[in-house]
Amino acid sequence: MVIADGGPTTADPLTTRELTMIADGRATLDGFDLRGVGLDYGRRTILDGLDLQVASGERVAILGPNGAGKSSLLRILTAHAPDRRGTVLLDGLPLEGYSRETLARRLAVVPGEVSLPFAARVEEVVALGRIPHEDPLRGPREGDRAAIAAAIERVGIGELVGRDARRLSLGERQLVVLAMALAQAPHVLILDEPTVHLDLRHQVDVMELLVTLNERDGVGVIAVLHDLSLAAHFFPRLVLLDHGRIVADGSPDEVLSNDRIRAVYGVDPALVHR
Amino acid sequence: MSAGAVTEGRSAVRLGRLDTLRHRPLLVGLGALVALAMAIVAGVAFGNIAVPIGDTIGILAQHLGWPVATSWPASAETIVFDLRLPRVMTAAVVGAGLAVAGTTFQGLLRNPLADPYVLGTASGAALGAAIAVLIPVSVAWLGFGLVHLLAFSGALIAVAVVWRLARTTSLSSLTALLLTGYAVGSLLAAGLSVAMYASGAQLRQIVFYLLGGFSGASWPQLVAAAPLVVVGSVLLLLRARSLNALLLGEETAANLGLNVRRERAILLCLAALVTAAAVAVSGLIGFVGLIVPHVVRLVVGPNARLVLPLSALVGAAFLTFADLVARIPGELPVGVVTAIVGAPFFLIILRRARAGYEV
Repeated sequence: MVIADGGPTTADPLTTRELTMIADGRATLDGFDLRGVGLDYGRRTILDGLDLQVASGERVAILGPNGAGKSSLLRILTAHAPDRRGTVLLDGLPLEGYSRETLARRLAVVPGEVSLPFAARVEEVVALGRIPHEDPLRGPREGDRAAIAAAIERVGIGELVGRDARRLSLGERQLVVLAMALAQAPHVLILDEPTVHLDLRHQVDVMELLVTLNERDGVGVIAVLHDLSLAAHFFPRLVLLDHGRIVADGSPDEVLSNDRIRAVYGVDPALVHR
Repeated sequence: MSAGAVTEGRSAVRLGRLDTLRHRPLLVGLGALVALAMAIVAGVAFGNIAVPIGDTIGILAQHLGWPVATSWPASAETIVFDLRLPRVMTAAVVGAGLAVAGTTFQGLLRNPLADPYVLGTASGAALGAAIAVLIPVSVAWLGFGLVHLLAFSGALIAVAVVWRLARTTSLSSLTALLLTGYAVGSLLAAGLSVAMYASGAQLRQIVFYLLGGFSGASWPQLVAAAPLVVVGSVLLLLRARSLNALLLGEETAANLGLNVRRERAILLCLAALVTAAAVAVSGLIGFVGLIVPHVVRLVVGPNARLVLPLSALVGAAFLTFADLVARIPGELPVGVVTAIVGAPFFLIILRRARAGYEV
């Protein structure tokens, strides 16, 4: 493991005993470990008292109504919320101890939306995913180009090669960014509503791709999803957020009970086809 | 995941399609290099007193250390080497610097309308120059005057102020920088107006600086400005990866491993330094820093590893050529030429651009 200068800092909610165990290698905390995590925007509390463990190689969907704090949780996992409360460990070490560069070789993020200030071909956007791996001065080499081609192939956007990414539909653009994240060859893939602009066929394609990546290649997947049916069908573990707190965490059957759907979403559970 | 996940044949097809783009940058680079060499030779040969092209090349070659027999009058050597060459070289260096700074500011601010002057450098330099003109002390040393010094400092101070103020706002960082740059620029422009109003007979001197040009170019000036421009540009080129990472925004750049705060500060600093050095010796020359990066991007795409060096070459060739054109009817301000030549050229390029280019 490579740690940025300064190394791990002392994290409050972990006991000294736990830290010693981690240092000794007796406790292997693989993946994310969140303890007492909270986040405020100004006076408004977005997330509060979150305890969440996601082992590396797990496939987890984060669900919840608008404003529940899903995207904020992703921002915390990707170290974009420096003023959060609580402790976040990644592979047993505090998240803030990692350099951006080390994180980028571990986590790839598919944001909900991206914009391009200049025209860029699809393959040029996908190539950005190699930035954490490529030679800083010379740029992408042969191996990087192979990874770019493989990512394009895998997401099935070969037809889009050569086109200006700004002229694509929102759904196509989402696939391009997904390919960029795959080119990053991450240990964990973090996605913010990756299917929101896609038609049904592509929604299923992307979900199946995530399952394969997870089960065959061992890539951890943490995805914010809106579609409860997709989540229940393709993810073995769901985490349901409401008003900044985790209200349920477990298998689809445990999490998506009729009572809970009614309570959290305020809709008739019959509307959620499973 | 690995490349092995893909069947060999099909991925080879994809790579083949990616490869077709790779020859273009080389062609553009060679073309720009040839154009630059031609512009330099032509710029040195033409003028009020024409020096034959053969003699010009001979004089240049001799100074480059090649054993060429002297077959020209000494006056030709003075004209070529002491008067025209520093001017032509200054134009090339300034053109390269403005194009590199423009590329950097456009990428950094993620704004196609950005140019080297966007964060107050132009008005800072202009106000500095105007103040220098108004100060009734004549300081001159090796061709440097107070004008150069205050223009250089003015540009840097303006960017520093913008940078400092932008950090205190609650806006998103890029919007804050752009708006603060605009506000500070307007304030400095007001100061410039006052200075011009108060300048009386010296107004012409201020306007002369504002229009920009290379008629005052000399070796000492070039020797002072060129290292700043060249070193700054090379350091920017070495950070091309950062500009690439910023293409999809600052958050994605961070997810791709960039320390955004640090890189933004470094890129801004270097681009401001290059701009200030260019502006100090040449005055305000518009258009080069705005359009050259776009022209290059139209041909080779947004990869900063290509756009930065090619913009430098194209910018150098373009401004050398513009200065040559400016000298033909007498002494037109070169900024007028860059606009007259550049604008229609840019419009034509835009029409024939890679499909889907939008500025």
